[in-house]
Amino acid sequence: MFKKKECVAMLLAGGQGSRLYALTEKTAKPAVSFGGKYRIIDFPLSNCVNSGIDTVGVLTQYQPLVLNEYIGNGQPWDLDRTYGGVKILPPYQGMKKADWYSGTANAIYQNLTFIKRYNPDYVLILSGDHIYQMQYDAMLEYHKQMGADCTIAVIDVPIEEASRFGIMSADENGKVFKFSEKPKNPDSTLASMGIYIFNADKLEKYLEADELDPASSKDFGKNIIPNMLAAGEKMYAYPFEGYWKDVGTIDSLWEANMDLLGDKPTLTIPKNGRRVFSRTEASAPQFIGADAEITNSLITEGCEINGTVINSVLFNGVKVEKGAVVKDSVVMNGVIIKKNAKVDYAILDSDVTIGEGTTVGKDKEASKGITVIGAGLDIANNITVEDGAMVNDSYYNENLKGGDNK
Amino acid sequence: MTAFGLIFSNIHDKSIPELTRRRTMASIPFGCRYRLIDFALSNMVNAEISKVGVIVHDNYQSLLDHLGNGKDWDLARRSGGIKILPPFITAYDGGEASKLYATRLQALMGVMSFIEHATEDYVVLSDCDSICNLDMSDLLLKHAESGADITFVTKKEYLTEEKAQTRKFFESKDGRITRVYNEPKRISGEFDVCLNIMVMKTSLLYNLLVDAMAKGYKSFTSDIIANNIETMNFGTYEFNGFYATVGSMEEYFECNMKLLDSDVRKALFDIPERAIYTKVRNSPPTKYSTGATIKNSLIADGCEIEGTVENCIIFRGTKISKNSVVKNCILMQDTYVGANVRLNCVIADKNVVIKDDRELSGHPTIPFYLNKGVTI
Repeated sequence: MFKKKECVAMLLAGGQGSRLYALTEKTAKPAVSFGGKYRIIDFPLSNCVNSGIDTVGVLTQYQPLVLNEYIGNGQPWDLDRTYGGVKILPPYQGMKKADWYSGTANAIYQNLTFIKRYNPDYVLILSGDHIYQMQYDAMLEYHKQMGADCTIAVIDVPIEEASRFGIMSADENGKVFKFSEKPKNPDSTLASMGIYIFNADKLEKYLEADELDPASSKDFGKNIIPNMLAAGEKMYAYPFEGYWKDVGTIDSLWEANMDLLGDKPTLTIPKNGRRVFSRTEASAPQFIGADAEITNSLITEGCEINGTVINSVLFNGVKVEKGAVVKDSVVMNGVIIKKNAKVDYAILDSDVTIGEGTTVGKDKEASKGITVIGAGLDIANNITVEDGAMVNDSYYNENLKGGDNK
Repeated sequence: MTAFGLIFSNIHDKSIPELTRRRTMASIPFGCRYRLIDFALSNMVNAEISKVGVIVHDNYQSLLDHLGNGKDWDLARRSGGIKILPPFITAYDGGEASKLYATRLQALMGVMSFIEHATEDYVVLSDCDSICNLDMSDLLLKHAESGADITFVTKKEYLTEEKAQTRKFFESKDGRITRVYNEPKRISGEFDVCLNIMVMKTSLLYNLLVDAMAKGYKSFTSDIIANNIETMNFGTYEFNGFYATVGSMEEYFECNMKLLDSDVRKALFDIPERAIYTKVRNSPPTKYSTGATIKNSLIADGCEIEGTVENCIIFRGTKISKNSVVKNCILMQDTYVGANVRLNCVIADKNVVIKDDRELSGHPTIPFYLNKGVTI
């Protein structure tokens, strides 16, 4: 059943996120947990819903199981719709050949059939790598007002960081006249956020042309945008102001979680209005025991706190037993921190258990880096997990299994 | 073996007039994030009962808002799902049928056609204020095995004379009810207290209702049960878990506070495969500021805590500002507590605003109740 949609969103969620190491060994980056009860993908999905976009294709490739389960029928985001809704789009086998998505542009190209079913005027391209709250409807309005063929959301970045991004140069009306991908000597500070609105016909035309070019790396930033600019299409930069962060590294993921804390947090998630939706488990309210001490922290349903929690973000169902101390840490779903254990400057993935009296990490100032413990690992009693350690299954088997602490 | 559920949502409204002024008993907020009906609904859903009729009487807007289409309980179904059953009042008949029902039996008579058209073998009937986590599939199984006509869920409890006034209870022998105590009575001792949850064959319920109509019966317990105690087999199903109900404001306060006991929380919320579901509000996690002190409290998501909180039940979206001390309180959804406030034994209904520097205190036996939406 198809109805015409003004705008269809395509969310690129196939990224491996290899710089998140242990956190993305078993799940795709967009499914990485964030902020107490969310996953990264909740942000673009909720932005879509809050902007009135009800048709979203989610392109998956790397480790899709958790992501597929999480999105399900889209009900938590109100995306279980008769017409449209959220659809998972994995790579598929065609008559002639089977292809993995070879680049961002190729991924969309392979799903042009999906887009065309809704006969949209505009296509919104998103990625599942960033934490931000944005009104895509305002951006679409801007796109229409400018009569653009393509509008690229941009954010002002410090000049010293500009060489990490795709940099736009635009005139005073916002019209882009130059685009350079990760330039050595940037001449602008307007960084592309990887959020594009295309007129649907133009998108199709350029994707098809790019597909025929054997030299192309089939990437929006490297190929489609430069090609359109070179051909003289009307490209506009849409300035975004607000919180936007790539959480592609352990440090940036930790920082983004910490951005939710403090008296004047840089990132706040609203209670009402444009909320961020997520799939939640049914759990009891959080219980704070008589011996608990909590300072500057976020705590979620299902938690049971009898120890000390300082500057930390605790997800659903975390237990902190008596005498345990959690400091400067991100503690994901279902983690159990047993009596007198110390967790300092660490990220613990879901369902980790930290044994009694065990120490994980070191004070931030003295530490070699953030200690990360991969999902489901059971850390023995009375041992020390070195600061900066990246504990995945193999590290665990070599160094921590059976309680021996080498 | 198939079964459907029926929940009485306005039953006992009169026992807490403050809280039911603008809502049903079923939609009374409880335990930080729940409404009373969540327990009955979740118990049914966890027993794979996928059709539940909710019998409403009046004041049911807040209940409709809470239930929505039932998807938070996985009851948004093509067949079955949640069915709201408003009173059946005919516009043309000035007689009995055009009056709002007053008893459980009359309520059931009003939903005769729903019962008549049910294709399920069994029906589980539950009051909305039975706070427990009960294995209803086991109840159904034991009922079918026992050969009883109706099985009542009971809990052995010692009743003081005072408590006996507000409870319905039975005397039983070998799992069969021998005597019913329904009306207020001066008596004390150990009895089988009725949890107001029962199961029977759908066809039996229908036949009993037809018969009751013909005979002009008014009360399910006093007329049907008491009159047939010799001829029919009324069994008991003993429940050993945590059970509470809210017969008065004092009891409401007391049983919220019981949730601070970890054994009670375990018995209600922490049974594998039997979660208690409620409406999802998508609140962000609760934020505790530097300088906040929290002791022995149950807190929902979406709150901001800057002050001191002790022995409290705090609902979603509540804010407690700096230098305020809140002890032994129940603060419902979106309560705002300003700075330098002192609260003790206060029950604040939804959306109450308590301005800076206020001091309010009640007593556990008479908690200080603040009406929905008032500003102090």
